[in-house]
Amino acid sequence: MLQMSWLIPLFPLLSFILLLLFRKSKSESTAWIGVLLTGLSLVMSVGVCLAVWQGEGIKTEGTWFQIGERAITMGFEVNPLNALMLVIVSLVSFLVHLYSKGYMHGDERFGVFFAYLGLFSFAMLGLVLSPNLLQLYMFWELVGLGSFLLIGFYYFKPEAKAAAKKAFVMTRIGDVGLFIGMVLLFWQVGSFEYDEIFATVKNGDISDGMLTLTALCIFVGAVGKSGQLPLHTWLPDAMEGPTPVSALIHAATMVAAGVYLVAAMYPLFQASEAALTVVAVVGGLTAIFAASIGLMQKDIKRVLAYSTVSQLGYMMLALGASGYVAGIFHLTTHAFFKALLFLAAGSVIHAVHTQNIEEMGGLWKKLRLTGPLFLIGALAISGVPLLSGFFSKDEILASTYADGKYGLFWLAVIAAFMTAFYMFRLFFLVFTGEARQEKKDGQKDVHESPSVMTFPMIVLGVLAVVAGYLNTTWFGTFLSDYLARGPVELPHGDHHGPVWIPLVATLASLLGIGLAYLIYQRGTLSRDWITRSFPGLSDVIYNKWYIDEGYDQTVVKGTTGLSKLGALFDRYVVEGLVTAVTTGVQRLGRIGSRLQNGQVQSYGTAAIFGIVILLLIVALTGGYFS
Amino acid sequence: MSSVPLAAYLMLALILFCIGLFGALTKRNAVIVLISIELMLNAVNINLVAFAKYSINPGMTGQIFSLFTITVAAAEAAVGLAILIALYRNRQTVNVDEMDTMKR
Repeated sequence: MLQMSWLIPLFPLLSFILLLLFRKSKSESTAWIGVLLTGLSLVMSVGVCLAVWQGEGIKTEGTWFQIGERAITMGFEVNPLNALMLVIVSLVSFLVHLYSKGYMHGDERFGVFFAYLGLFSFAMLGLVLSPNLLQLYMFWELVGLGSFLLIGFYYFKPEAKAAAKKAFVMTRIGDVGLFIGMVLLFWQVGSFEYDEIFATVKNGDISDGMLTLTALCIFVGAVGKSGQLPLHTWLPDAMEGPTPVSALIHAATMVAAGVYLVAAMYPLFQASEAALTVVAVVGGLTAIFAASIGLMQKDIKRVLAYSTVSQLGYMMLALGASGYVAGIFHLTTHAFFKALLFLAAGSVIHAVHTQNIEEMGGLWKKLRLTGPLFLIGALAISGVPLLSGFFSKDEILASTYADGKYGLFWLAVIAAFMTAFYMFRLFFLVFTGEARQEKKDGQKDVHESPSVMTFPMIVLGVLAVVAGYLNTTWFGTFLSDYLARGPVELPHGDHHGPVWIPLVATLASLLGIGLAYLIYQRGTLSRDWITRSFPGLSDVIYNKWYIDEGYDQTVVKGTTGLSKLGALFDRYVVEGLVTAVTTGVQRLGRIGSRLQNGQVQSYGTAAIFGIVILLLIVALTGGYFS
Repeated sequence: MSSVPLAAYLMLALILFCIGLFGALTKRNAVIVLISIELMLNAVNINLVAFAKYSINPGMTGQIFSLFTITVAAAEAAVGLAILIALYRNRQTVNVDEMDTMKR
């Protein structure tokens, strides 16, 4: 089974190629190609993961090319971490394929959409299987390309076009960091191989400063892809893509790539205390910052997007606080419940044809399946006990506390409270109360989505509940035992902090839910209570802390200013030089053409002078040139 | 019999050749140019005769050769004049400055 694991990414690639060939086909049954092939990937991934569970592992490589004495290799590697990622990615990808069959029904470029999905899944699976940084980087860029194509799928919408470009450019900033880190590592280690890098790091062959620098450069790459604080702005805008894409990109794949990168390079980070602290601080700040924006958004998908940013912040916080298992655990559970939430949101949008939550309401009775499933997702992400989010979030909080990062711990608790609040604000506004939607003429009644869409949601709903039991103190820590077999040496020590931590976390989430209930369901508290109390603050939050505007004022203005300078330089200096050269050549040519005037006499004169000179030379030197 | 040295003949030929060359290169009138060319040819003839007489083993070869040259020069002058007349009929001028079709 393991020897064949290189086939896993090739199935989606095959699907991509086949669907490109059939893209003109009007029949929507082409979608089954994608579904079937990603299904095969899923089956194989599960098989591989089970084999790894039993303690196996594989690494196969061949030399790609030789630079001097150093061989650059290509191949694939299966270890506990990436086997788990394989299952998550292929599972979500498979379910999204299935869901898209219903969601994209009737779209003009139906086949192309599935082709892009295939390409994206291929890139992500390839990224996970890579045994060295160089190969990872190539797939990393492919993931970027796939996301660009998918986010900009509705390319005729200017917002989608802008969002696609933004996603590409913003993540590219991170990619440059990753690239620099990679080159630094190659310089220091002489290899892109994870194993060799880790061995060198362990031997202490790299100076501390260099270690921190490389770790931070690589973290910049993760920041870009995972939408962490300074580079997060692309992620909410990426909601312009079709909803299944949001589920795929923002739940399990692209944004998880950044977390995966940090996890895969974990020994490097472990070797540098400063780098770990930076990771934790960035993660913690992102968590609370994005959660605060989520409180005020009106677009259902944007709320979920900010929630994703916030949850990714949690994962980074966990990794930075030596909670390796906690981070991966949250990555796993988050993949399930966030994919569920996105798909449920897609189902809602599919039913009511709007994304503004102010225009929804009272959908609980009309969407008998989507409603409960959304509720499960919301409960899970809020960290209500017994659902998956509770366990993983609790573990993150515990490891943060155990690591002695008390400030970040309280930030995370507040973020958990906010998460619960905005998720249930969303839930109450969308599913309860009166229908606020004005019915347009000729619009069909609100109806439940077809079963091809609800089935993936049910699967994810089940997983969102049970995935938490992978790693609990009650039934056993399967996940951490499993991950401990990997190449990464897990930080030792008891991460199960004081008993009161789960209580605090539960209290925070229940408080959030309760507050949302009071405001949006019962109406006990007026909805604009906060807005009126702190007008300035809520304004800032509603406008996403003016980050986009800030970038506009600084980076965009700066760049355009620089380009204007460049244009001036081009116009006056470069063009001036060019004109000088052309006029010089023209003048020279004019002199030449004056010589060639067609007068036989002047030619004769020139010839005579030539002969005279030659004769003079012969006479003076007394012979030929010697 | 002769006290005139070879150098004097050669000097004369040189002066004659230079006058001819100057005329051929500077004069505007094509007829004058032709005449100047004749001058240069005659300078050559003088050289031929002078060398024939003053060489290590004197003989008639050079003198007879110069006769041939004179004949050829006459033929050349005839052809040159013919071309000149044809040109004049075409262009109504014998000014060599205006004969610059090579340039166009």
